[in-house]
Formats: sequence, C-alpha cells, structure tokens
Amino acid sequence: MFKILEARELTTNIFQMIVEAPRVASACLPGQFLIIRVHEDGERIPLTICDYDREKGTVEIVVQAIGAETQKLSKLKAGDSLADVVGPLGQASDLVYEDIEELKKKKIVFIAGGVGTAPVYPQAKWLKEHGVDCDVIIGAKNKDLVILEDRFKEVCNLHITTDDGSYGRSGMVTVALQDLWNEGNKYDHCVAIGPMIMMKFVCKLTKELGIPTVVSMNPIMVDGTGMCGACRLTVGGEVKFACVDGPEFDGHKVDFDQAMNRMKLYKTEEGRLLLKAQEGDTHHGGCGNCE
Amino acid sequence: MDGFVRVPVREQDAKVRATNFKEVCLGYNKEEAESEATRCLNCKNPKCVEGCPVSIDIPAFIQQVKEGDVAGAYQTISKSSALPAVCGRVCPQESQCEGKCVRGIKGDAVSIGKLERYVADTAREMGIVPEGAKEKKNKKVAVIGSGPSGLTCAGDLAKMGYDVTIFEALHEAGGVLVYGIPEFRLPKDAVVKKEIENVKALGVKLETDVVIGKSVTIDDLMKKEGFEAVFIGSGAGLPRFMNIPGEQAMGVFSANEYLTRSNLMKAFDENSTTPIMRAKKCVVVGGGNVAMDAARTALRLGAEVHVVYRRGEEELPARKEEVHHAKEEGIIFDLLTNPVEIHEDENGWVKSITCIRMELGEPDESGRRSPVEIPGSEFDIECDAVIMSLGTSPNPLISSTTEGLDVNRRKCIVATEETGQTSKEGVFAGGDAVTGAATVILAMGAGKAAAKGIDEYLSNK
Repeated sequence: MFKILEARELTTNIFQMIVEAPRVASACLPGQFLIIRVHEDGERIPLTICDYDREKGTVEIVVQAIGAETQKLSKLKAGDSLADVVGPLGQASDLVYEDIEELKKKKIVFIAGGVGTAPVYPQAKWLKEHGVDCDVIIGAKNKDLVILEDRFKEVCNLHITTDDGSYGRSGMVTVALQDLWNEGNKYDHCVAIGPMIMMKFVCKLTKELGIPTVVSMNPIMVDGTGMCGACRLTVGGEVKFACVDGPEFDGHKVDFDQAMNRMKLYKTEEGRLLLKAQEGDTHHGGCGNCE
Repeated sequence: MDGFVRVPVREQDAKVRATNFKEVCLGYNKEEAESEATRCLNCKNPKCVEGCPVSIDIPAFIQQVKEGDVAGAYQTISKSSALPAVCGRVCPQESQCEGKCVRGIKGDAVSIGKLERYVADTAREMGIVPEGAKEKKNKKVAVIGSGPSGLTCAGDLAKMGYDVTIFEALHEAGGVLVYGIPEFRLPKDAVVKKEIENVKALGVKLETDVVIGKSVTIDDLMKKEGFEAVFIGSGAGLPRFMNIPGEQAMGVFSANEYLTRSNLMKAFDENSTTPIMRAKKCVVVGGGNVAMDAARTALRLGAEVHVVYRRGEEELPARKEEVHHAKEEGIIFDLLTNPVEIHEDENGWVKSITCIRMELGEPDESGRRSPVEIPGSEFDIECDAVIMSLGTSPNPLISSTTEGLDVNRRKCIVATEETGQTSKEGVFAGGDAVTGAATVILAMGAGKAAAKGIDEYLSNK
C-alpha cells in the first residue's frame, strides 16, 4: 500500500496528491510517468509525475477525474492509501541527457494544456536547477482552470493564455505561440504536453515555424512495461510503444489522427460500466449494449 | 478396465463451458486416481523422469498415490517442483513425461499430469504445505519476475536456506500464470494464488510494483541493497505484430493485451472496471497455446471465433489437447491461411480481414515445411476484432540497464543451460528471457538449474 500524505482539489475536477513511493521517487526523472491502482481489483491508471522529493520518498501526481476510477481516486484523502504505485516508467526527457552548456544556448518553450500542465513542471524545474532558462505557455479554458501558476513563476518565464480571455492572453496556445514568435522570441526547441488535439495543432504550427518539437503521448495502456502493445502509435511510419519507447516522441513524426482515433476504443465500454455502477440494479440497458 | 486404456478424466460439457470461465477439466477423484496409479509399471529405469524438465520422481509419487498416501506423494513432488497444481494442468505432458512412458508403446501412457494435479489439489484441500529449510544461510538473493522460472528458483533457494526476495513489475505475482493463461485452464484464486502462498511460506519475500531497470537497477540491488546474487526471470516481453496495413485499426489487439485484460484485470467478470471488447466475430492470428487461449476467451465473451494459421493442422504449435478443446467448443480453424490486410470502417473500427491461402513448400531451417502463398487466392473474412498471437520479442528493460549483461542476436539474455550463469558475475537468468517464448515447465527447469548454479556460486564465493 502507498500512503497519501496530501490531497487537495486544485480546481474543478483536477486533484493533486502527494504519495509515499520511495522507489519511484528515488529513480524518476522528468518526462517519465507512473501507474497507480486506486484499490484492489482497480484499473491500472497511467499518470504523469508532477514533482518528486527523493529525500522524503514522495511523488506528486495531478489527475483529472474523468473516468470511473479517477473519480474514486479524487475522493481519497490524506491518510488513505493507494493499492499500487509503480514506476518510473518510460524514457526520461531527452533534455536531461543533453549538455547543459548547449542547453543554455537554446531558447526553449514548453506548451502546457489543461492537466498536461503538471508533467511540464518537473521539466521546467529541472532546467531551472541546472541554470537553464525557459518559457512556458500554459493554456486553459478559463481563469479558474489555470493550475500551478505560482510554482511555474519560480522556475520559468510564464505566459498564460485562456480560451475565453478571462486571464492572461486570449485564445488557444497556438495563437500565443505565434504571437510570442512574432514578438521576437525565436525558439529553438519546443515541448508540447496536453490533449492530443492541442499537440497536433502545436506541431502543425511549429513545423511551419521550423521549431523541433517534442510531444508526450498518453494513449491507452494496460501494463506500462511493454507487454501488451495497447499503447502502440505510428511515429515516422514505424510502430512504437508509448510505454517503453516514449512517452516523448518527435511531434512532427507522430500520426495524431490515428492516435486520437485509437483513444475512442474503450470510451463506450467504460462509460457503459460507469453507468451500470451508478444506476445499480435500476440499470435499464438503455445504453444499447446491455441486456 | 484393461491396462491399455487410461482412466478418462471428467470435463465440463463443451456446450456449457463455451459460455463460462470455469475450469474445463475437472480432474480425478480418489477412486479414479488410485485406479490410474495401478497402471504405472514402476519401471526400474523410468523414462518418464528423463522426460521431466524438473526430474520429478514420478514412479515414487504414483506408488504413493496407489497406496493412498497423498501427503507423501505431495512431498515427493515438492522436492522437485514448486508448482505441481499448475504443472499438472498446463505442462505438455504428451511430449514430456507421458511421451516417454512405456505404457504408451502399446496403449495409453499413464496419465501422469492428471495424477500430479490430483496430488496437488488434494494436498491443498488437506492443508499440506511443502517443507521449508531447517537452517538459514545469511545470504540475500534477488529474483526478478514471479513467473514460473522465478517462483521455482526462489522456492528452491529458500529450501536451501537463502534469504530470497522476488521483485515483480505487475501488481500481482505469478507472471504468465496470472496475466496469460485463462481462468478456465488455470484457476487463479484456487490454484495459482495458493501455490504462490506455498512459495512464500518457505520464507520467500515478495515485492510487487517494482520494475527492475526502471525502479531500481540490478547493479543497485547488488551494490546498495546487499543482494549477493540475482536471478533474472523476467519473461518474454514485447508482442509482435505482422506489420500489415490496418493493424492500428480499433479492434486489433495483441493476444497479450486481450488476455491481460481478461485474466489479470478480470475483465471477463462483469464487476470489473477494466473494459474488454466483446467481439461479435473475432479472428485470432497464430496457432500456438497463446492463440488457443485468446480464441477460447473471445468465444466465452460471446464471439464467433476463427483461428487463422499459415501452416496446416499437423504444424499447429499448440498442445493437441488445447486444439481439441477449442474445436469441441466451436472454434473454427482456417488453416493454411495468412492475413494480408485489415480493413476499417468509416469510424476506424475493424470490419474485415483479407487473407490468402497457403500451401506447404520445402522444409525450412526449423525442419518445418514453410508455407508459400497461392497467388490469386485472396478472400475476405468479415470480423469486428483481430487478435494477433505471433509470439513476443524480449523486453530490453533489463538488458539495456545492466552493465556487462550480454544478449544474443535475438536480444535474448545469454545464459548457460546448466547453471543459468550470464556474462555478469553473480547474475543468473532463465525462462523466456533467455529462450524466447516457450513453456511453463521449461522455464521452471531453467529456474531450478539456476538455483543450483546460484548455490554453487555463493558456496564457493
């Protein structure tokens, strides 16, 4: 069992937790992820690592409650435990293996969308700790949904944009990126993490602008160690497993349309199970899938 | 009953079992087992033992069954095997112990597997556990992976008195026994969990949720955590695909994914939160035991199932018993057939698969006649799911993070057959990580050999 030390709601439906997981905390690097199970018989949920403390042996996760299992997770409090926390999984970000002096010469921009803001944080923090500056663009639907703002301010040059213009710049992240570029920010390297649709359009723009771009993919996964192949993607015409080859890939080579399509796979089935659980014995089969 | 025919084993009726996940084979009762045991000739030079990868003293335990001494028979088997209830169910006895039985020359071989299962199941019901070490050795050994090779190696080392910890990447111990082999062939709670409990009762510690190579490396286990030897039994790894068009369509799965969802995550159970596709018509590509398991699982989840295999019936790598059971349950075999393309509907879901007929040509380097396409023989099978069961390639997680650990051309870890010694001092390996995908019992044999190798290494250190 893995004890939850802190738990709070950051904003509507987005939760932050600090969990005891010494092995993960001692080994993880920016870019990697972990898998949890909320309870015995629960699903394996891949989650990004928002921060880690090697000395305390803790990891911080940020999760949006969207499915049946993440909703159960969101109800847990400090003092409760998770059945499983396994990781770190996947490859660390390429940035951590690069020459620091070379990195310092580069103008780096991170683009974070929604709950994808969380995994950007350890990367920006890691760069700060190594004396490398970076820009971060956080995109959210509206002011209330912007997360981790104060912590980002300490580690980067932060730009915020909201779809409805209620805070910071107005419009999508792609608009903000184009504007910053036009304002004279000639970026050499871009890392985009967020919904697949956002990453797709960021990549479209950065390709036009000629900025090499890394994206972090979060497809459907089961074991997360390369065993099942559920997370396979087409990258540059080759089949890659997000869990062992990724999760970060060259964004200009990822087949996003195919990846987005594959995400739909279990939507109906998971929704069906959720409905059934909520309605209990009164479930009437109106979903068309049940008897 | 004359001595030439084995006592038949009771099974669930094919029509009934095709709709449930309960065990197919019901096993012998006391009377049946004792009757079958009388067929053993108790040969002076028992060929059956030679055929057993872990060298169980087969005639001895069968004599004990005949005398009604199940506890004694259990201890006899336990000297050689940590997982008798598993092996009694999933070993390919027909090509091992039973394949060598002299009874088999003029009639049926003695039903050794079913007797082993009877002993293990009865002992479990009686609460008999294997005997542990009398003296402890103050030496720590790490075992990576809790599948058949790891459990066997850990069990044997614990019996010798070593302080053994198993590291398992998944949340549950058992490896392929829990994620791969379905409930209807190998019950998880009643059989697998109990056998793992028995290994733990020998003093073996188990740490789940540790991915060696990621959470901690082998070098750290040895340098920082005080393990003096390591056994790698991490299994086979990454599923293969065919690289044909349409393989990324929704409804195409690896057998590993499909079986893991159903077995480990219990998706076959309506109460599980893990989703699984309940296909209407499913094509399983491949002819091995894993393909049979995937096919029979899809069938039980409500699909009409076609097994598509590029060679003929004789070449099917699956056990005869599994093919026979699959056919009884209504699985359709499209042999000498190979997929060339998967077609999607407008929403990206599988709608059909184009296959081509094959004929057998000259034998290839494996000695099997290689299949050759018959030009112009393409045809379509309508289906909404395709399960690829084409074997696996080794997972690089450990080999890429362990300095001085050699792998071969196929990326399998190099280890000697006799002791499991790898190119790195103090590190041993066995099972699918070394051989590529093989059987439970071969992995157990390798785990056993490595336990001996580790004991010799640590005794001389």
